[in-house]
Amino acid sequence: MIELREVSRIFNVGGQEVRAMDRISLTIELGEYLSIMGPSGSGKSTLLNILGLLDTPNSGTYLLEGINVTSLSDNQLAATRSRKIGFIFQFFHLIPRLTAQQNIELPLLLAGVPSKERQARSTRLIEAFGLAARSNHRPDELSGGQRQRVAIARAVINEPAVLLADEPTGNLDRHSGAEIVELMEGLNSKGLTLVVVTHDPEIGRRARRQVRVVDGQIAADSLRGASHAAP
Amino acid sequence: MRPLDTIGFAMHSLGSNRVRTLLMLLAMSIGVASVVLLTGIGNGARLYIVDQFASLGTNLVIVIPGRTETASNTPATLVGETPRDLTLGDARALMRGDTVRRLTPVNIGELSIAWRGKERQVPLIGSTSQILEIHHLTMERGVFLPDEDMEIARPVCVIGAKVYRELFGTQNALGEMVRLGGFRCRVIGILGSEGRSLGLDTEELVIVPVAFAQMLLNTEGLFRILIEAKDLDVLDRLKKHISSTIAKRHYGEEDVTIITQDSVLATFDKIFRVLTLTVAGIAGISLVVAGILIMNVMLMAVAQRTAEIGLCKALGASQLQIMLLVVTEALLLSTIGGLIGMTLGFAGSWLVVQFYPTLQTTPPPWAIAAALGTALGTGFIFSLLPARRAARLDPIQALAKH
Repeated sequence: MIELREVSRIFNVGGQEVRAMDRISLTIELGEYLSIMGPSGSGKSTLLNILGLLDTPNSGTYLLEGINVTSLSDNQLAATRSRKIGFIFQFFHLIPRLTAQQNIELPLLLAGVPSKERQARSTRLIEAFGLAARSNHRPDELSGGQRQRVAIARAVINEPAVLLADEPTGNLDRHSGAEIVELMEGLNSKGLTLVVVTHDPEIGRRARRQVRVVDGQIAADSLRGASHAAP
Repeated sequence: MRPLDTIGFAMHSLGSNRVRTLLMLLAMSIGVASVVLLTGIGNGARLYIVDQFASLGTNLVIVIPGRTETASNTPATLVGETPRDLTLGDARALMRGDTVRRLTPVNIGELSIAWRGKERQVPLIGSTSQILEIHHLTMERGVFLPDEDMEIARPVCVIGAKVYRELFGTQNALGEMVRLGGFRCRVIGILGSEGRSLGLDTEELVIVPVAFAQMLLNTEGLFRILIEAKDLDVLDRLKKHISSTIAKRHYGEEDVTIITQDSVLATFDKIFRVLTLTVAGIAGISLVVAGILIMNVMLMAVAQRTAEIGLCKALGASQLQIMLLVVTEALLLSTIGGLIGMTLGFAGSWLVVQFYPTLQTTPPPWAIAAALGTALGTGFIFSLLPARRAARLDPIQALAKH
């Protein structure tokens, strides 16, 4: 479903070349649950940005559902993001002036889905995510866990092929963090591909497949219980 | 994104920052209101002047001694001297044309008028009975100048209402003898208090027979001759009649200037149109300033909402969609500001009419269209830079600015 072949991302910082991703090859199958871990500055967020089509590699090939997305224009990338990828961020990134329901509907609004359909789909998710009592509340009236649930509902409302989560529990207490992980795992159990970038080894170890990134390269790629080194 | 959703999203965004939105609406509405109000006043002044001239009759022709319309190399015309006076004989000769309905010679001067020890300076008009009709004068009491030969210097006068009040108070003036300059003359009528004649307030006027005025002012020449054509179609023939008659009497020299009322009207009309355009232009500058304010505030808004824009891009918004959102916000501000401004402008015009009923301050349709057009145009143009900046934001950097 996702295939990275020899993908590199090089930044120029103060005249110096920094290889945030150095010829990474990675294949993620449909419905997989994968965690990406590694120290700060190892390149895991860059990898997530490349996977989420927010950034484009300097070299290598990225095939998403068999389509080479490295050659797509900005607008084509935006359209692909809209249809195939859902994002969850550490700081939720909800729009403060919109209610929970309006925030959830945002991807549908941008995709030009009619109002009635937007409302029907968001209401279903609100109920499924236990947010019915909070649907008309603004983000500043919600707890951290509720905000992240709104963000997850927003990420999946377009029924994407893959859900990318960048430190989804990084800004939550332990209890809320556990709830959020369970919610994401529930979505994965229904067939949604889940990729989680995390610092937290406890959360990282819950994934069936764990990828460790060090210095822009995959240092380890293992299945839960059976570790093996990167190719 | 659907057009209605784009408008709704932009409205929501404007509503969430009320102070910013109100300030921009204020700037835009003041600009539009100034254009509407100032052009309304300009147009009102134009209509007032045109109306005043039109009320005198557009078939009025004024004959002034001396040529002022052509350049001449004679020192006399350069300094505005007239080579030959217009005389009562000229006026009598002009009266013979079949295109003339009414004619009156006019003299103007300033003299003292006195009655029983009270004295004041007054503007004096020497004319004939015909000026009553030609200048639409009204009588309050008594009779106007007698309808008789213009060369008869009958010592009678018609006085303005203010002159009457100051000299006679509440006493009867009709039949009383007043001293006008060095001559005695009998008051036969009092003018109505409305209007102006030859640019003078009728309340302060004293009108005497033209021949008597020439005696009082010690002059042979006339200030001008007013001729009313039988109708508008014969104006050209009347002008030819005046030119040829004067040329015959002045040894081949056409040394008079002929002004038709419609040409004066056209000139004033043109002057006021230009003035209205000028004030509209000046007010238009405030609209451009409002546009620049919108640009600045939109740039600030884009900077403040970097994370929001980054998020929309991450969620699949194209560059065009982001641009449309910013431009729609600016256009909404311009439209709402423009409509508020128009309402304020019309309200201001209405207020002006309440205080000055003679000034019908109706903003011309072109000014309303131009004000709204400029508001929308500036809103659009000045929103392009912030819109481009927003569209080009890198979503990763934008999201990192949370």
